[in-house]
Amino acid sequence: MAATIPHAGRPVDRRGILIELGGTALVVFALTVSLVGFHIKDISGGIALDLRFVDVASAVAIAIVVRGWLILMRHGHHRVVAASAAAVAAVLVVSLLFGGAGVQPWLPFKAQLLQWLLAVLSAGFAIGSAVRMARERRPVLSGAGAAQDGAQDGAAPDEQAALMDRVSAQVQRNALWIGAVLFLAAAAFPFMPGVNLQYLDIAVLVLTYIMLGWGLNIVVGLAGLLDLGYVAFYAVGAYSFALFASPDSPLLQDLGWTEGVSFWLCLPFAGLMAALAGVALGFPVLRLRGDYLAIVTLGFGEMIRVTLLNFYSLTKGPDGISNIPPPSLLGYSTQSKMDEETLENTTEFHTAMGWEFDQADTTILLYFVILAMALATNFFTVRVRKLPVGRAWEALREDEIACRSLGINPTNTKLTAFGFGAMFGGFAGSFFATRQTFVSPESFTFIESAVILAIVVLGGFGSQIGVVVAAFLLIGLPEIFRELQEYRMLFFGGSMVLIMLWRPAGLLAHREPTIRMHGRRARASTGSGG
Amino acid sequence: MTEAAGAETRSGRDVMLDIRGVETFYGRIQALRGVDIEVCRGEIVTLIGANGAGKSTLLMTVCGDPRAAAGRITLDGVDITYKATFEIVRMGLAQAPEGRRIFPRMTVRENLQLGATTGDEEHFDGDLERVYDLFPILRNRADQRGGTLSGGEQQMLAIGRALMSRPRLLLLDEPSLGLAPMIVKQIFEVVAEINNAGTTVFLVEQNAYHALRLADRGYVMANGRIILSGTGEELLANAEVRAAYLEGGH
Repeated sequence: MAATIPHAGRPVDRRGILIELGGTALVVFALTVSLVGFHIKDISGGIALDLRFVDVASAVAIAIVVRGWLILMRHGHHRVVAASAAAVAAVLVVSLLFGGAGVQPWLPFKAQLLQWLLAVLSAGFAIGSAVRMARERRPVLSGAGAAQDGAQDGAAPDEQAALMDRVSAQVQRNALWIGAVLFLAAAAFPFMPGVNLQYLDIAVLVLTYIMLGWGLNIVVGLAGLLDLGYVAFYAVGAYSFALFASPDSPLLQDLGWTEGVSFWLCLPFAGLMAALAGVALGFPVLRLRGDYLAIVTLGFGEMIRVTLLNFYSLTKGPDGISNIPPPSLLGYSTQSKMDEETLENTTEFHTAMGWEFDQADTTILLYFVILAMALATNFFTVRVRKLPVGRAWEALREDEIACRSLGINPTNTKLTAFGFGAMFGGFAGSFFATRQTFVSPESFTFIESAVILAIVVLGGFGSQIGVVVAAFLLIGLPEIFRELQEYRMLFFGGSMVLIMLWRPAGLLAHREPTIRMHGRRARASTGSGG
Repeated sequence: MTEAAGAETRSGRDVMLDIRGVETFYGRIQALRGVDIEVCRGEIVTLIGANGAGKSTLLMTVCGDPRAAAGRITLDGVDITYKATFEIVRMGLAQAPEGRRIFPRMTVRENLQLGATTGDEEHFDGDLERVYDLFPILRNRADQRGGTLSGGEQQMLAIGRALMSRPRLLLLDEPSLGLAPMIVKQIFEVVAEINNAGTTVFLVEQNAYHALRLADRGYVMANGRIILSGTGEELLANAEVRAAYLEGGH
């Protein structure tokens, strides 16, 4: 392909192009050699290092070709790009559809989905360059094709940003309708045709993160306190429930209770414990601001995890607490009798109803429990914004000095935000415990906090529907695309980067442009005043 | 620390806010060098001075941020020098701070609601009406975001928000800053109206002419010190004041 460049109408900087291609290859090589090149495989009797340099080479080759296409398009060779990209796409599609086992080894990468993505990418290039070609042919008379092309390049992202802004504004305006539709869809989801246990499980997981996102949104989105240790409250809630509910818990044995406490009794307790943890953390650290607060909360998250890991007599450390029962329904247990001898004298819901025990029913129950809990979180957030305390949270996020000058006690106000946010984290934690039937400190690492925060940031601070969209993107899609294995995280990271480039304030963030101007003006006048 | 409420001072007048020998530092830089100011009940007192004289610092020090390093500030005889800002505000002092500091992403109404944080709920509707009557434009803009208001409207909102806490003493920091002369006139008229309704006003201004005409008494500050004081008319007639603050088109 590179051979076609010298025939271009405009002078071409060959050396620059070579450097560009070489640089791309180098970056892709450096990225992929460690991520993709070495693969640790489980084999019988240990693990083995699997070298996959073919994949690395394919990735580098693909990057060079794509970069080449970009360079060609920049120099106006749309026809070459359209033809070659279409050819590549066609070859890929044909071999994927009809190639069968014979062609597979010749294609780069083993995962089907990756190959399809490649095909889509080349098709996209083909279409894109074809569109440009058509567009360029029309204004040839003006003789300023290149300049116009450049202008269009510059305008396109702006148009897109404006479009997305309009979308977010629309979403905000019609939040009630969208919320109602989403709610109905969520309520009907378990009974839709084609929904199997796997999808239901993913939905439960996504809803858990939606709830966590909404909970954290109280702290980060409303009160503007950056909390990097939200998982600590999740852990406190999970363990508060597990310690009282599981027959295996050391606490229960110490107390001499033979039966665990019901989920519904434990739920408020777990929320309370988490809220107390939030207030206990908040009290000494809330005079810190911004980055400093973030660092301390980060440390707090780790402290809780390490405590759980080492307080063996209470938490059984890394062994974790197992045998946590699922939530009961109307006073009936929802477990199957098979796996629990201690429940022999209790009646199960399915026997009371005369149903066969079915794992799917338990999952549906879990689904509705988390749906109700998540909706409660959302309802709380939406309502509290209309109350003085919620308004004070938002005001505090905007301007702490102004708040104090209005007689708002900033420490107490932040503490309530921290406490309420932690409480919902605790609720979600108990749900997590009852769903997993097992908790161990391993589930509460920093990456969890990071993912929850990413959901809030990606959705747009303070946007409730944004959290739903982001939770689906960050939790749902990777689960659905499990087939991609470790490439999943590559896509995860890549899409995060792209979204942050494209929508730095979050997917559905919609802000008044006056804020920034006002901020600048306010600062300027502070500087000049006596 | 508490003396008899409404302490009678040397002059025998009913002093509400008493600032005595206050010194304030920003790090090592001294911004206030022993400031004495009295504000009596029912008065409008103004503090004028050039940029950087320490006027805003004084107002902020009264509110406890930054704290005075020396001296004493009492409000109705109660020592507030070391009280937290929100506690001082709850004692019946309200400030329309420098740079207005309204909440740009909240509606006008929400801004006013936040101003009523310390007040009773039963007064809320009446207070809101009163603010809307003082500044009718705010009534029209009630559901608009604060950040979309013009500078003058934002200043009105800042004053209105401060009034929502039913203050006995209102501190205003450069309400005329950056506003058109027409709007300035309007705002000063409202300040007079607020004062007539019984609120004591302490006004910090660069716009010396308007401020001194409005005020019962005035102080002139330079380099962190009070260099002159007197009634509004006296100061307006003072040659020094005229030369330093009134010549040149205010």
